[in-house]
Amino acid sequence: MSQPQFVKPEISLSSYVAGFIISLFFTALAFSIVFGKLLGGNIMIGVLLLLAVVQAAVQLMFFMHLGTKTRWNLAMFISTAGLVLVIVVGTLWIMHHLNYNMSGQQMEMHNLQEEGISR
Amino acid sequence: MIDSTQNSDKYSIGFWLYLMTDLVSFAALFATYVVLRNNTFGGPSGAELFSLPFVFAETLILLTSSFAFGLALIAAQNGKKQQVLGWLGVVFLLGASFLAMELYEFHGLISEGHGPSGSAFLSSFFTLVGTHGLHIAVGLLWVLVSMWMISRKGLTENIQSKLSRLGMFWHFLDFVWIFIFTIVYLLK
Repeated sequence: MSQPQFVKPEISLSSYVAGFIISLFFTALAFSIVFGKLLGGNIMIGVLLLLAVVQAAVQLMFFMHLGTKTRWNLAMFISTAGLVLVIVVGTLWIMHHLNYNMSGQQMEMHNLQEEGISR
Repeated sequence: MIDSTQNSDKYSIGFWLYLMTDLVSFAALFATYVVLRNNTFGGPSGAELFSLPFVFAETLILLTSSFAFGLALIAAQNGKKQQVLGWLGVVFLLGASFLAMELYEFHGLISEGHGPSGSAFLSSFFTLVGTHGLHIAVGLLWVLVSMWMISRKGLTENIQSKLSRLGMFWHFLDFVWIFIFTIVYLLK
């Protein structure tokens, strides 16, 4: 383990102002896409999720100063983000495939609707 | 001096670890919500229930309160006690209005018969958003206690260190809200 830094990191006003303005911009963008129905379908889902990740990253950098205090905070965040990804993506994956394991009639309905397979 | 700074670093890492475990529990609630969101049991879906302008206002209020907390931390760094108390007051008022709006939304849903027991979708919605709201309520109490301690004892090093952890907590709640308004309200 490396020696902890003795110098207290100064937090600056400009970092907060910049973070606030950038966050406002991306938040307004995300809402206006839905308000104005600018995009639809899977593209909209992708863009909105991407915007959420960007906004989250802005908050981590400008408000929480991640990475500037100690490396440990960043390391913990990255491993937690990995864990979160496994939980969320894993859950969705498993629950989606559960539809294949339903009783006969339901499965036939599912295959017909989702996959276009009929007997 | 060096010792107390070292301790403060240690506490802040420990507190960060708590926030990360909290993030994992939120992840489980998000996963549950996304799995159950279409199971409306013949009742209304999110698209029929949620009002986007209302949520946009909530989002702006919480974001501004997070920014105001940053200003409080900067004032604390400069040793300006009255300014710190002022900004914390702003944080409290904005946080309380956010919570009031959330409770108003919940009240509206429940009184229209769309309470948590209405469907799997509503259960997971109330659990996810309600857990965030509970965190906000705890944060508000913590802000009040901090203001009381600052006004009594002044900006001692110990109090500054505590204030920085409350700041982490408050920014974290704004961080989680980004995913709530995107996944629950925008992708309804």
